[in-house]
Amino acid sequence: MTATATAPRVGQSGAPSRWQRLRENPDARRLVACLLAGIVFALMTGPDGSVSDPTKGFRGSWAMPRILLFLGLGVALWAATTAWINDWVGIRSRLRVAGAARSRVTARRSARWTLYAVLLAATIVVPLMLTETDRGILVNFIGIYVLLALGLNVVVGFAGLLDLGYIAFYAIGAYTAAYFAGALPVKPFVELNLFWVFPLGVIAAMLSGVVLGTPTLRLRGDYLAIVTLGFGEIIEIAANNMTSVTGGAQGVTMTNFTISIGGLHYEWSLAQLPYYYLLLVIVILVLIAMPLLENSRVGRAWVAIREDEVAAEATGINALKYKVMAFAIGASTSGLAGVFFAGKNNFFDPPTFSINASILVLVLVIFGGMGSIPGVVIGAAILQELQQLLRDYIPQQDLYVYIGALLVIMMIFRPQGILPSRRRSRELGLAEAGVGGADAMGAPGEAP
Amino acid sequence: MCLTHNFWSFLVGGLANGLLYALIALGYTLVYGVLQLINFAHSEVFMSGGFAGLFLTRVFVPTGSATPSGAASFGLILLGTIGGAVVGGIVALVLERVAYRPLRRRHAPKLAYLISAIGASYFLFNMAGKEFGRDSAPIPTLFTNGTVFTIFGAEVQTYYVIIAVAAVIMLVLLDRLVGATRLGQGIRAVAQDADTASLMGVNIDRVISQTFVVGGLLGGAAGFLFGIGSGVVYTMGFTPGLKAFTAAVLGGIGNIRGAMLGGLLLGVVESLSVACINDAWTDVVAFAILVLVLLVRPTGILGERLGRSA
Repeated sequence: MTATATAPRVGQSGAPSRWQRLRENPDARRLVACLLAGIVFALMTGPDGSVSDPTKGFRGSWAMPRILLFLGLGVALWAATTAWINDWVGIRSRLRVAGAARSRVTARRSARWTLYAVLLAATIVVPLMLTETDRGILVNFIGIYVLLALGLNVVVGFAGLLDLGYIAFYAIGAYTAAYFAGALPVKPFVELNLFWVFPLGVIAAMLSGVVLGTPTLRLRGDYLAIVTLGFGEIIEIAANNMTSVTGGAQGVTMTNFTISIGGLHYEWSLAQLPYYYLLLVIVILVLIAMPLLENSRVGRAWVAIREDEVAAEATGINALKYKVMAFAIGASTSGLAGVFFAGKNNFFDPPTFSINASILVLVLVIFGGMGSIPGVVIGAAILQELQQLLRDYIPQQDLYVYIGALLVIMMIFRPQGILPSRRRSRELGLAEAGVGGADAMGAPGEAP
Repeated sequence: MCLTHNFWSFLVGGLANGLLYALIALGYTLVYGVLQLINFAHSEVFMSGGFAGLFLTRVFVPTGSATPSGAASFGLILLGTIGGAVVGGIVALVLERVAYRPLRRRHAPKLAYLISAIGASYFLFNMAGKEFGRDSAPIPTLFTNGTVFTIFGAEVQTYYVIIAVAAVIMLVLLDRLVGATRLGQGIRAVAQDADTASLMGVNIDRVISQTFVVGGLLGGAAGFLFGIGSGVVYTMGFTPGLKAFTAAVLGGIGNIRGAMLGGLLLGVVESLSVACINDAWTDVVAFAILVLVLLVRPTGILGERLGRSA
């Protein structure tokens, strides 16, 4: 906001005392921060307390050999960050060289297409070698979330808006599917095969995105965050309470996907692989569409709005239109995933669509790198797989402690994500240097 | 008609709730004034105040002991409120240090602040769930809840009187603080124009920290007062937080008196609508009001004015 934060203090007399020098020493400050981080981490992984014994968790985390381990971790973290900052081992310079080499290779069209072909072959062949349980994880925990993250990436990454009720559109997709399959208490005028509900689910989610986005996005972008947060909550309440329409808290039981065109008839039943391939086709289609979108006129309009909304408006870009468009495209991807989810799982209930799920998808996008399509896909896959691997070590109800912490850490240290989009990270860097913006929230201090 | 039946008792209940919303809404509005940001983690400041009050009062009134009366009741309520406020203030201070200041140093875009704040919120309430259990816990009975007086046939209970007295004292103090002290002058200056304020010698970092603390004090106290009626649970912040934000927008975000007015109005409207619709849908009313205000009058009833002329 201002440049005064680091300016020397005026009116300070004499040489700083030793204590003052120590307090201002960046290494010392970082050591304190790392030790505190170690303690917080000890608490996060420590035992649970209860309301009748609120200090139990703290006592358990402070237990003698244990806390030393975490303080040691803090010191190790400090050493690692010091080495990183001063580039002692040369990791940074080596990474830079490797990055440059990578972009030289990927810049060649032939290399890029070879890479795509290898990846495609791997995604087709590898699941054949997995166990049925792992295939289930691949579909339910990775595939669907990759699709969701790709959609949210349009809102957060491309348009620079924040959607905290993203899962609501997933719910809309799922309930639309259930409605047309005749699985809800309200019967449709025409009962459709689930396979044909995909476009309808997409349209329903998109329409609700437009209806919700248009009034909200006329104002500053940050209102969208809170309105979507409320909307996400309301969808869950509605799904729970409108028993005569949604079936309420007992949830919805669905039928399988089937295709029957002419003589061809196929039914998806219990095996995971057919679902996997169906999802793979969907994800690949979305993956083809996303870069096209990003590099289209629309994508360029988003860039312009992110960097400077006023200037973009002045050159004739209807900012509201493009923001609503991004929001609706995100919503419709979520709806698409919702239809797939409903058909795959055959059963869902309102808690599936809790606000936590929206935050989970947000963290997938942020971790991978907002605005970066490979980043989002790889980041989502890594985080979701990690969650599965750590399932036995981290209690399920503690998951969101880590997710919350990860969001804060990413924002402080690496807002561009682990595999940043080049344009987005340049933009964040420029915005931090005071040139242009990097979101569609409107300039700070600007009146609506 | 649903409104004619028990109108006054719904009104009284709504006013009491509204005062609590106003206290929380001030936290949003103050921070919005100086940073132009929605502080998503403010609901967790509220929650931490609830827990602080719960554990403090539990020390003096263990489960199973007799309900205190007279001066003991008064002292305990005062203790809980102040304890909640202090812990709320501390949590808000730490929050600003950890989730906001590093970003401000870097001039991060607004999107980054919002994400960092929602992350901090998730961290805090799930951490509270981990350390203090995930079931709702009642605050020990600190006073005998009787009818203090009757107004148009509506019984005004002790609990409502406590909320009203505590909230009104805090609101008046805050109004004076912002209007007539050096800190208030700093807050208004930063809200009006941060860059110019810093040129005039205002230490922006300090003013922002203090603004978070002031908002945290009010939010934490509200957490305890709310907990007396509804119990304390780690997720208690979410819904009141959303409603208080609605109240802040309704009154005109950034406007201190607007937040007070918006809180009261929202509390009353919500309470009266409970009389007419199913309980499960009360949360929807606040949301509908939020969207409606954004559609019809996005600047709120009093407009955005913190610093500009208030």
